[in-house]
Amino acid sequence: MTASTARRWQFRQPSVIPGFGLALGVTLSWLFLIVLIPLSGLVWRTSALGWPAFWSLATDERTVNALRISFGTAFAAAAVNVVFGVILAWVLVRYKFPGKRIIDAVVDLPFALPTAVAGIALTAIYAPNGWIGSLLAPLGIKVAFTPLGIVIALVFVGLPFVVRTVQPIMEEIDKEVEEAAATLGATRFQTISRVLLPGLAPAVLTGFALAFARGVGEYGSVIFIAGNLPYVSEIAPLLIVIRLEEFNYPAATAIAAVMLIISFAMLLIINLIQAWSRRRYGYGA
Amino acid sequence: MEVRVQNIRKEFGRFPALNDVSLDIRSGELIALLGPSGSGKTTLLRLIAGLESPTEGTVYFGEEDASKKTVQERNIGFVFQHYALFRHMTVLDNVSFGLKVRPGSRRPPAAEIRARALELLDLVQLSGLEKRYPAQLSGGQRQRVALARAMAVEPNVLLLDEPFGALDAQVRKELRRWLREIHDRTGHTTVFVTHDQDEALELADRVVVMSKGSIEQVGTPDEIYDTPNSPFVFGFIGESNIIPVRVENGQLWIEDRSIGLSAAGEPDGPAQLYFRPHDIELLDGCGGCIAGIVTVSRRVAGTRHVELDIGAANCKVEIELPPEKAATDKSRIAFRPTRWRLFRDVPNENRTPAQV
Repeated sequence: MTASTARRWQFRQPSVIPGFGLALGVTLSWLFLIVLIPLSGLVWRTSALGWPAFWSLATDERTVNALRISFGTAFAAAAVNVVFGVILAWVLVRYKFPGKRIIDAVVDLPFALPTAVAGIALTAIYAPNGWIGSLLAPLGIKVAFTPLGIVIALVFVGLPFVVRTVQPIMEEIDKEVEEAAATLGATRFQTISRVLLPGLAPAVLTGFALAFARGVGEYGSVIFIAGNLPYVSEIAPLLIVIRLEEFNYPAATAIAAVMLIISFAMLLIINLIQAWSRRRYGYGA
Repeated sequence: MEVRVQNIRKEFGRFPALNDVSLDIRSGELIALLGPSGSGKTTLLRLIAGLESPTEGTVYFGEEDASKKTVQERNIGFVFQHYALFRHMTVLDNVSFGLKVRPGSRRPPAAEIRARALELLDLVQLSGLEKRYPAQLSGGQRQRVALARAMAVEPNVLLLDEPFGALDAQVRKELRRWLREIHDRTGHTTVFVTHDQDEALELADRVVVMSKGSIEQVGTPDEIYDTPNSPFVFGFIGESNIIPVRVENGQLWIEDRSIGLSAAGEPDGPAQLYFRPHDIELLDGCGGCIAGIVTVSRRVAGTRHVELDIGAANCKVEIELPPEKAATDKSRIAFRPTRWRLFRDVPNENRTPAQV
């Protein structure tokens, strides 16, 4: 890589498997058809609004609240998932126990389950008269129909993203690295915090980004558990649907455009951090 | 520091990896654990390190019983075959890790840690590379970082597990010589594991030959090579020939021919004659010698390796000759071993354990 970039940049490089031009062509046309054309339609509709109209729609108080709830809960859920996802992945990678395969398979369920089903099930459990909700109610903790409920739904849908991105990297960790740390006098805590986790950082960051992105876009499970109170527990995707049902297309496109911009900016930043840390840690060098 | 291993036994499940192994390692000594794979040499090293715990037996560091101590408390330096460097840390951070993780009371000030790490990098000839990451180094450089990292904690004993196993031959030779230099300069008690006899014989003060979870022989490289005390050591170290012979009235016989070697005091009966290809003298006539027909002749660097068919039970023998000595196919060569050992056919299990 470094040798070729040092030379003049070349479009075509001889390789064992030729077809760079064809592959790139297919990739780009596919990306255009599936992703870029629909999104540019969105941008085009938004730009037709004109700046003042767009700004007033985007800064509408209900919209701002919906966006804050969407991004805030997605961030919180992704953060929770990082902690428990890493622990779960660790258990799956490091230990052998009966039923391990089943737990491994259960991790993928949120991928496959219709999110509405998840939403209804979570609501039933966390509602004030549900199994867990009835235990939390005396403590004054309300889960269902509050932002906390949204976070729980998003934790559910985002969990496999963290586990599945961290797991393969964890499997690659050489046991000798931990032993080396121990022989040098590092305690178990120091081995984990100074040796293992920093090595996992790029993968954890990827998992976080995926879980976060999934959380921002999630609709099905959230609308059942959120209660959907405007200004309190109404997420941006739901507000878009509401606006569409009111035939208020400009407002819907404006919210969608803001979401698009924020999401893109955040994912870009995460990707840059990741590229930096990967290079630093010598992956892909 | 002096390290004593006393009557160590280790089982993995039902599988015995070490049987009653005892070994005294002297302070400041460079000692090699040599054996084929599965001989228990790595297990013994890991037991000394505390990375495994013995099923039975004790490990002493000096006068202190180290068996109950954890790896962290033993203060050892361990170098792994595949380096096991921390890849998210620079070379400098790798080397200073052992000092940085010390509890506050025993941790030197940051500037001192840095100075010490740089000094070690200088010792392993990696000055100027302290800001690199392990991925940016060659295999030989990585192993030198690993050694510097292990030495940074001033270990009681330095343990190396096949330290040069993953490197190519050229680098391996260079690092071997260099490790000996480092050892002579720093004087750490050092134990290293290898399956490469050249490495063990060239590098170590003493060599411990292991097989099937037991120690076969302990001695200086000269002792191990010149006076192997068991058929295993004879066969494992260097090249060797084995000819079935018969002892009769203190003389050795191959079938019906006397070979002119006397074994006074040996009881009559069948035995195995062991000798090295280069420990022979050529004879002109044959009144008491081993004679054979040349089947293969190869020139290997400064010597000629000749395979002989000596007739007895179609037994193949290989000897080394000076290259100027012609050895055409089918020609007849007569020789007699100048240095040899006789081993009786005793089943392996009943052999008396090697004296340690």
